[in-house]
Amino acid sequence: MAKPVKNVDSKKISSDLFSLTYGSLVFQLIKDYENPEDVNKQLERIGYNIGLRLIEDFLAKTNTPRCFDFKDVADKIQSAFRMYLGITPSITNWSQGNDEFSLTLEANPLAEFIELPDHLINLRYSNILPGIIRGALEMVQIEAKAWFLQDYLKGDATTELRIKFIKKLEDVMPQGED
Amino acid sequence: MDLFPVFTGKQKIGPLDRPLPKVKYEISVNAFAFLFSEVVQYCHSKVYTVPELQKKLSEMGYHIGQRMVDLIFLREKNFKRETKLINMLIFIKTNLWKTLFAKDADKLEHSNDDPTTYYIIESDPIVNKYISYNRDKGSLNCASFIGGIIEAVLNETGFNAKVTVHWHKGTTFMIKFDQAVIDRDKAKE
Repeated sequence: MAKPVKNVDSKKISSDLFSLTYGSLVFQLIKDYENPEDVNKQLERIGYNIGLRLIEDFLAKTNTPRCFDFKDVADKIQSAFRMYLGITPSITNWSQGNDEFSLTLEANPLAEFIELPDHLINLRYSNILPGIIRGALEMVQIEAKAWFLQDYLKGDATTELRIKFIKKLEDVMPQGED
Repeated sequence: MDLFPVFTGKQKIGPLDRPLPKVKYEISVNAFAFLFSEVVQYCHSKVYTVPELQKKLSEMGYHIGQRMVDLIFLREKNFKRETKLINMLIFIKTNLWKTLFAKDADKLEHSNDDPTTYYIIESDPIVNKYISYNRDKGSLNCASFIGGIIEAVLNETGFNAKVTVHWHKGTTFMIKFDQAVIDRDKAKE
């Protein structure tokens, strides 16, 4: 059996570089697409691409076994936030059927220096995060949906990210194989 | 046009209402690497040639540099700008680099034969660490991104310069100042 990786991910960089790089990307997208809705879509897609690859990194570094229920998934997402962004969102507002929960972010490292001007009020600035979550979960055979319920940048008290379990993805045999 | 403000009960809090955040080194390098790789891919999808890609990356960096200037001077330099060329270069080598990468740049050199040219040498810049270079894109260097940051910081502080990136002893940022900047600096002495 492989030994657990010690000293998980000791290298850190400044959050300034990270948030400003993200800002620069969003700025570029706004210039290229103009319509905030399109920018939201692009950000989600970029996040999805990151999620697909980030999950490999996460599993390799943490030696996580398979999650057995959605509560477990929520904990894992929480620890991923801590590991990559250095923040620990709180898990709240479980739905009745335990298939939907909220992550409440006190601070958002992506939106450190940001003010949304009025004409971009429809822009979901941190929309890369739901994309990352969707992409990463898809790779562990969970179809999920993530979206922002509240956003600090839009004058809400906190940033709340809602995540909903949709279905378990099954392995499908490739066509033509037994 | 709305003549009267609409009260929605929500008050937006702008970045200027908040205290200036301290430098925090909490973001995992991997998180940055993932983000930066998407930045490179996005830029790549918008251009056709390697020089165009480098230019696009340096534009993205420029956007960051413009914002870094005020941030670092307010935070670390007690609101005072540098006016001397050599101090400005040392500022880049130490303060700017520390804020961005949590370390100093490896070397700062002055060209022997051209008084307007300086070099900052970084043997292993973080943006290059996770990018594999294809042979068909031989001259590509994603450090143009950092080059853009440096250029913006210099231009915003009144030291007009062009920054280019070269593969030489790792990555070298060649800073070529306008003659006027050099003359001004000489006149001060």
